[in-house]
Amino acid sequence: MIRVVLPAHLRTLARVDGEVVIQIEGQATQRAVLDALEARYPVLQGTIRDYGTLKRRPYLRFFACEEDWSHEAPDAPLPASVAAGTEPFLVVGAMAGG
Amino acid sequence: MSGVRVLVGTRKGAFILTSDGTRDRWDVNGPHFGGWEMYHLKGSPADPNRLYASQTSGWFGQVMQRSNDGGKTWEAVGNKFVYDGVPGTHQWYDGTPHPWEFKRVWHLEPSLTDPDTVYAGVEDAAMFRTTDGGQTWHELKGLREHGSGKFWQPGAGGLGLHTILIDPTNPRRIFIAISAAGAFRTDDGGETWRPINKGLVSAQIPNPTAEVGHCVHRLALHKSRPDTLFMQKHWDVMRSDNGGDQWRDVGGNLPTDFGFVIDVHAHEPETIYVVPIKSDSEHYPPEGKLRVYRSRTGGNDGNDWEALTKGLPQQDCYVNVLRDAMAVDALDKCGIYFGTTGGQVYASADAGDTWNAIVRDLPAVLSVEVQTLK
Repeated sequence: MIRVVLPAHLRTLARVDGEVVIQIEGQATQRAVLDALEARYPVLQGTIRDYGTLKRRPYLRFFACEEDWSHEAPDAPLPASVAAGTEPFLVVGAMAGG
Repeated sequence: MSGVRVLVGTRKGAFILTSDGTRDRWDVNGPHFGGWEMYHLKGSPADPNRLYASQTSGWFGQVMQRSNDGGKTWEAVGNKFVYDGVPGTHQWYDGTPHPWEFKRVWHLEPSLTDPDTVYAGVEDAAMFRTTDGGQTWHELKGLREHGSGKFWQPGAGGLGLHTILIDPTNPRRIFIAISAAGAFRTDDGGETWRPINKGLVSAQIPNPTAEVGHCVHRLALHKSRPDTLFMQKHWDVMRSDNGGDQWRDVGGNLPTDFGFVIDVHAHEPETIYVVPIKSDSEHYPPEGKLRVYRSRTGGNDGNDWEALTKGLPQQDCYVNVLRDAMAVDALDKCGIYFGTTGGQVYASADAGDTWNAIVRDLPAVLSVEVQTLK
């Protein structure tokens, strides 16, 4: 079980309240988490990662265990506490004003 | 009894304004999609309760929304806009090559006959079409690949395809416009395209009469005369009477011929409206006076442009009216509507003679569309 915290606008889009809980098989990586998230909530496709390249959108960041994972390799293993569901994986909108 | 529904896209959400045929009292519903940039909303002429909306954000990219009940409820539909093939490059602001990158949908134009078919004009400029109600979108690549694409360059707002006009007598003929490339026409439903910019003169490009590179801000036509086109260009108000094959300047006695919007009276094909803006760097009305100008000769007279001011602010007004932010209804008398970057939507129920703000203090208005309801 992996807990994911989404920005408010994406929670509205996905029609969920609070944290999202997803299940993944195999190693917990950013790619596996985002693949599972998009599979469960197809409306989020293209809003976190670009279509085609699957690169993180420029104004979004990924945090876990008070560390910035935005620039880590997509297939790098996430911390054990995220994989175990004791800590959430956070998708955060950059503080870009607007 | 007839009624009117006004679809307003703003920098921070969408609003739906409704009134009965008198157009005296208005209900304001919204914001829908609060916090998102709503570039454009438009209803299907074939099914007025079928609405489409472009929802976009610098953070989260492009989302497309569809309503089947006139905007009471919405559902997200497909948002995958992928250029067909290797998109190559267009010009950057300084003339250097720049890769084509999808950014957002600027304009939606539903088919005149099929609620599930919609054309989308996007940035970086290209035309997409759905035939399944927005679930999937496919590029009509003949426009981007017709040959001049590598010379297109963005206007200040980006390289956006912002105008799509379907010929009501021949749906295979479609006119589009791109900032800053110019106007283009297809006669075969979007397979092949050609520039239609003869007669345009733009001092901002190396060859002022080049085939492409002109910053066309908006096109308009009247459904009874689809070969007559009106254009508000970066500078210049233009007219063509042969489907865009040749243009001529009809700015005449306007106080300035810079501006963004242009539209045509619903029942008088030679009555046209513009909102003059002081200049390309100032982007507000001359003298702080918000004035709509009307010509009853489609600009042909040259000196019959009249200022329409009753009910509009005539001092200290420094808003802009963006290119997709004017529309007309089909009631009698014809209603004219426009939205400002100051958040007002002004309406005239008498073809422009008098105006009222039907809502104030919205976020900056990006687009206004009107549906005349039976």
